[in-house]
Amino acid sequence: MISLNINGRDFAVQAPDDMPLLWVLRDLLNLKGTKFGCGIAQCGACTVHVDGRPVRSCMLPAASIGSRKVTTIEAIGQTESGRRIQQAWLELEVVQCGYCQSGQIMSAAALIERNPAPDDAEIDAAMAGNICRCATYARIRAAIKSASRR
Amino acid sequence: MTGRMSISRRELIVGGLVVAFAGSARARAATADATGPSALGGFVRISRDGRISLVMPSVEMGQGIYTAEAALLAEELDVRLDQIEAIAAAPDASLYAQPLFKTQMTGGSTSIRGFWTPLREAGAAARSMLVAAAAQTWGVHPDECSTKDGTILHSSTGRVLGYGDVAESAATLPIPEDPKLKLPGEFKIIGKSQRRIDTPSKVNGSAVYGIDVAVDGMKIAAVVISPVDGGKLKSVDETDARKIPGVIDVLHIDDAVAVVGEHYWAARAGIEALNVDWDLGPNAKLTTASIRAEVAKAADDGTPLNALERGDVEARLKSAAKRLTAEYELPFLAHATMEPINTTVHIRPDGCDIWVGTQTPVVAQKHAARITGLPLDKVTLHNHLIGGGFGRRLQADTIEQAVRFAKQVPYPLKIIWMREQDIRHDRFRPCYLDRLAAGLDEQGRLSVWTHRTTSGTVRRYFDEDGWPEGKLDKDAVDGAWDSPYAFPAIRVDWIRHDPPVKLNWWRGVGPTHNVFVVESFLDELAHAAGQDPIAYRRALLDANPRAMAVLNKVADAAGWNRPLQPRSGRGVSLHQNFGTYAAVVVEVAVALSGEISLGKIVAAVDCGIQVNPDIIRAQIEGGVLFGLSAALFNGITFSDGRVEQGNFNDYRQLRINETPPIEVHLLESSEKPGGLGEVGTVSAAPALGNAIFAATGVRVRRLPIDRSLLSKRENS
Repeated sequence: MISLNINGRDFAVQAPDDMPLLWVLRDLLNLKGTKFGCGIAQCGACTVHVDGRPVRSCMLPAASIGSRKVTTIEAIGQTESGRRIQQAWLELEVVQCGYCQSGQIMSAAALIERNPAPDDAEIDAAMAGNICRCATYARIRAAIKSASRR
Repeated sequence: MTGRMSISRRELIVGGLVVAFAGSARARAATADATGPSALGGFVRISRDGRISLVMPSVEMGQGIYTAEAALLAEELDVRLDQIEAIAAAPDASLYAQPLFKTQMTGGSTSIRGFWTPLREAGAAARSMLVAAAAQTWGVHPDECSTKDGTILHSSTGRVLGYGDVAESAATLPIPEDPKLKLPGEFKIIGKSQRRIDTPSKVNGSAVYGIDVAVDGMKIAAVVISPVDGGKLKSVDETDARKIPGVIDVLHIDDAVAVVGEHYWAARAGIEALNVDWDLGPNAKLTTASIRAEVAKAADDGTPLNALERGDVEARLKSAAKRLTAEYELPFLAHATMEPINTTVHIRPDGCDIWVGTQTPVVAQKHAARITGLPLDKVTLHNHLIGGGFGRRLQADTIEQAVRFAKQVPYPLKIIWMREQDIRHDRFRPCYLDRLAAGLDEQGRLSVWTHRTTSGTVRRYFDEDGWPEGKLDKDAVDGAWDSPYAFPAIRVDWIRHDPPVKLNWWRGVGPTHNVFVVESFLDELAHAAGQDPIAYRRALLDANPRAMAVLNKVADAAGWNRPLQPRSGRGVSLHQNFGTYAAVVVEVAVALSGEISLGKIVAAVDCGIQVNPDIIRAQIEGGVLFGLSAALFNGITFSDGRVEQGNFNDYRQLRINETPPIEVHLLESSEKPGGLGEVGTVSAAPALGNAIFAATGVRVRRLPIDRSLLSKRENS
């Protein structure tokens, strides 16, 4: 059994030791907001927070997390940073197909949590691991700035 | 095309019956099960309790079409966008065929062009019936009534009825033959940047894409597919795979094996544990070099099919003061949508359900019926939000595969491809070889232009009987025969050469290829004539005021004549496709190493009437960057019959740190609305190539751009 704290709740799941958190979330806990994109930590669609830091859940064995707290897109709106990012995302109409946006929002929320007023270079550095094939990047940058000004 | 021809009026409104849609999200991914006959069709569904559902004939894959099509219906129905729920149309071409294709298909930037009139008419017809029903209830003349936000008002008596109150009686009234449409000046929704209706669920993880479907009893499969297209399964040792905890089944079809698990990770582990032997088939030796050689041979020896011939081409070529020729080459491209290929299928003796995001629901349904032997009406397709289409989900090969596997098991089966399979087993944008010649007169003016494309035909994968030899596939020459310019003499032709690689449309379709070639070669001519590329284009645009206007606008907004640093440059492109005019200027800086940095991007677009200006801007922004990403980085290559690229490490995409600012200017117009999804992508590569020439003097004639051609040693 693997014990996990996800979005403030404790779970115990039966899973192989090497099973990535992504598939535990999606297939065992029915938390489908975290997306599968590449499986090799290249695209960022699977980004979640572990103790507030953005990580790629597609390569992170769930068994390695221990007592650290996992936050997913389903609960990020309950944090101040997450709420502001989601709101800015809607106000600036960042989203197109939306498939990468869970990951984008998780990366962005972690960024403004630790850096309340990031500049372009800091945004680029924090967000460069998240691919968007609709290429909503210009609006992502603008929305992060908008959220950080609130 | 009028709306009347494309929409059965009997189906415009089905009112009065309570339609139960699961959940309350405004934009639902699925065609949630509705009860009663109202589930059968129509564009407008109003329940007794006043809930309004609008059926979206086109699929939402990021382009904002749910918001735009809902706007057309809501404008005439007189409801606000925040009052409606958008639902995906079921497969039914008799109701939801795209008027421009005559089949139910989302692609080619046709949605608004095709549905502009029909959807407004559907909304207007429904409104008129609701008003008539209220007027009957009150015993007054319909002309005394007005509507607002889903209610009917009788102003002289102050009486009000909600649409839900009269939906049932409205549904029994005759459908008006010629519903009166609003004049553009009366629009309240169209023309304004309404908030998107599909996005609230996309920022909190609740949006349901095909990959997110959960059905009771569902199992999840990973697959391994013949590494060479056309190969067949010889044998498979599944002993070890079956020992893995959580593995339930191993299934075979002729060219793939699926391992079914309780969860995806067990299935993946099962795939790793298989020992599969393939008969690799006729393509086992295929390489990019062999494909290119065959294309070149076809370009030399093939029979051209003429697409356009105007003026005395041969005479003008002979008498030209200056003659230029060039050869351009474009690679195969994968779609690499963010959402990997997936399909969920449940086959029972009496029916089949498919949960998937597809751009061609009718085709998918037909395949499933054929494979299962079930009648068409026993195959239910639940269409979903799509995590990026770009053309990939126009083809149903992946749905066919899922049905063939699911046919072997009693439970609902979800198949998810790995990213490597999504890229390697894509159906690719064709490769192209283009040969051009032009003649200039003494003053450097363009006198004659010839353009010959050699490529496969995408159409053979869409038409049931393939594509006959000797017939022109217009897609191969779109953007070449219909450029914005008045060339005094022009010849455009196509040599068909179908490579042993399966093909598909890709964002921008034919024009993405041809406009790159046309706009690059025209740039070559301008420089050969010693003229400014924008001035050179203007001289060919006297008869084309809309093209001239976007070109002038972009030149002005981009500061075309402002000086730049050494090894920096600006490039322009102009085209008119999908009913829209677009001009783009890209700025680049090219390092001595050959590395390319994108500078500011400016676009000017005239797409006729703007349904939603902000979504239009978003499509141009994303479309241009999508095209730049491919031109900078992407080409699918083959070795030993296998695709060499597989994931975002070796099929890399533009990232935010490489993305410059982008500015989109929309020109006011009262012309009918044009398409948008493809437009920016078409503009991108030629503007980039021309900018690189301006920066380095090196002409980009082959994509993706080879940086080594752009490098320059410090002392040289």
